[in-house]
Amino acid sequence: MSEPTPVAAPRRSSGAGPAPTHLTGDILHRARQLLALYPEPRSALVPLCHLAQEQDGWLTPEAMVDIAGLVGVTPGEVLGTATFYDMLHTEPVGRYVVSVCTNIACLLDGAVELLEHAEDSLGIGVGGTTADGTITLEEAECLADCDRAPCVQVNHRYVVARTSEAFDQLVADLRAGARDGEIPPHGTLVRVRRTAGIEADPAAVAEERRLSAEARAARDAASGPEGGA
Amino acid sequence: MAVTEAPRIVTSRLGFEDAHTLGRYLATGGYEGLRKALAMTPEAVAAEVDAASLLGRGGAGFPAGRKWAMLRRSPVTYLVVNGDESEPATFKDHLLVERDPHQLVEGVLIAAYALQVTRAFIFLRGEFALGLERVQAALNEAYAHGAVGRDIFGSGFSVDVVVHPGAGAYICGEETALLESLEGKRGFPRIKPPYFPAAIGLYGAPTVVNNVETMSNLPWIVVHGGAAFAALGEGRSTGTRLFALAGHVNRPGVYELEMVKTTFADLIHAPVLGAGIRHGRQLKAFIPGGVSAPWFGPDQVDLPLGQDEVAQAGSMLGSGSIVVMDDRTCVVRAAWRITRFFSRESCGQCTPCREGSGWLERIMERIETGRGREDDLDLLLDACDNISPGVAWPPQQTTICVLGPSIPSSISSAISMFRDEFLVHIKEGGCPHG
Ligand SMILES: Cc1cc2nc3c(=O)[nH]c(=O)nc-3n(C[C@H](O)[C@H](O)[C@H](O)COP(=O)(O)O)c2cc1C
Ligand code: SF4
Ligand code: FES
Repeated sequence: MSEPTPVAAPRRSSGAGPAPTHLTGDILHRARQLLALYPEPRSALVPLCHLAQEQDGWLTPEAMVDIAGLVGVTPGEVLGTATFYDMLHTEPVGRYVVSVCTNIACLLDGAVELLEHAEDSLGIGVGGTTADGTITLEEAECLADCDRAPCVQVNHRYVVARTSEAFDQLVADLRAGARDGEIPPHGTLVRVRRTAGIEADPAAVAEERRLSAEARAARDAASGPEGGA
Repeated sequence: MAVTEAPRIVTSRLGFEDAHTLGRYLATGGYEGLRKALAMTPEAVAAEVDAASLLGRGGAGFPAGRKWAMLRRSPVTYLVVNGDESEPATFKDHLLVERDPHQLVEGVLIAAYALQVTRAFIFLRGEFALGLERVQAALNEAYAHGAVGRDIFGSGFSVDVVVHPGAGAYICGEETALLESLEGKRGFPRIKPPYFPAAIGLYGAPTVVNNVETMSNLPWIVVHGGAAFAALGEGRSTGTRLFALAGHVNRPGVYELEMVKTTFADLIHAPVLGAGIRHGRQLKAFIPGGVSAPWFGPDQVDLPLGQDEVAQAGSMLGSGSIVVMDDRTCVVRAAWRITRFFSRESCGQCTPCREGSGWLERIMERIETGRGREDDLDLLLDACDNISPGVAWPPQQTTICVLGPSIPSSISSAISMFRDEFLVHIKEGGCPHG
């Protein structure tokens, strides 16, 4: 498989680490395409974590080793970064992550009661996963859908489940696979692939690299290394 | 008058089911603003935006034209669009990215041309799975249409646009935290100065950061001219703005309204807007601009929806979200939930924010759950004062970013407006609302 020509002009070469062994096939191909979109490989770290979750359902230690190699940091740095973000799960989660918002607008509309119902009916607490591995329950901060409070997402897709009955129906549908077309398994975030602007004109890349190097040299000369910020 | 005859600037297509497709976009005047801009000089495009007096729609309300003028000259510059939208009760960008993604893309391209940036990034919160797909699909269509990429519409101008997913962290909405996150790091806000990424931004290069709604206004401004935009609204608050109305109203939702010409009372009560408080109840309090803003009571409901007007009254229009609480609302519980949000989302770099938010949350929790003590109100206000001395508005800055000093707003508002209710909680050992 050939490497895509980068759109951006990488300042630091990636691939400093060992060749990926865990991320494979199409996921690895897309990972390399993502890397090529950013001037600094490290910028692809979060998108690559999402991709790894698409492959495995969660962010495994093996995937973090591969990501570290691809973006040129240590596996510890990948872990340390990933744990900052709520959507990156360094422990296994269910096929469906159900997030119930209890922030202010949802609170005013019965979200706490809905979350209690979810815990009781699923037999798990917040953060728990049902024994069959289907559902992980999360309490979310505002999900920016406050006019349909209380707001629920499944794998970060909005669903309407404002009452206990609607919630039970949602769970039954998820278990029956009735919403599979609309809601992919946890980890798959963006199903629309970038189809253009992946392969850049090599002359344009060379020019951008030259300008970038010039800019950095000028800045370093003016303010010391790394911008002094 | 509740609703003026102002044109719909950013919501004109929302009546169409297929508003997100290129076909519908082109059939409704799409990409005409970009074509017009490309026929002008970049400076002339920026001048129109400056003339429009377009205030940033992300929360701080800084004029976009002035921000653009501050972009340090450099061979490499970036444009970063802030679509993190995580301020509680704010849900307007959600609508724009899902329902009219081409309008956003066109706005980004107009800005990219005016600023002559090397590359543009659209940062969207990761919880916008559909929004991420819609914007990526729009971008794919725009590339195929020749509106983005190399030699856009034969103009000789080239720029690539990258959609970047966040991964769940409120603080990444703060623009320097967003840049850190975009660099593949934890979303820790950067120490100021430099105050503006326009001097030192992404990878140290000069960067303009603008909100999704700010960008979405640009196609209209270029087509109709900055003066036409500035003719709407009043004073510094020009044009229209999206207001996200939530809470105890009959018709919560996002409404595009001419700035200043509408009051909070209109927004809450007009039949075509909020349509009044549910179940015939009365208004108890409302939050005028996101949970960082001090609360207002019924006597402030006649204030106009204008940036300076709300600021003069002691709060802020902020992110344009209004939360309405009816007379049965437990304000202690509401303020506790907001405090818990800040405590969870504090990035932890600054002691007043990290420790202060935790203290406040624990005290609020014990009051709400019936374990409050008599001196707890003084303790709360004292802790607020430690986070932001004087607990004034605008708050005194003690931390790296303004999240910290925003924490006291809800608690100090709730105590000053409803002290009795706190006392009832403490004396009767619990919430009278159940
Ligand atoms: C804690 C915090 C959270 C913020 N969240 C957002 C956000 O979600 N979206 C946004 O556009 N701006 C947010 N802002 C404001 C940004 O820092 C920045 O001012 C804005 O993106 C600039 O765009 P504008 O000038 O177009 O408004 C936030 C600021 C702070 C301090
Ligand atoms: S004020 Fe709070 S959120 Fe902002 S940088 Fe400091 S600790 Fe982080
Ligand atoms: S408060 Fe729940 S979605 Fe906004």
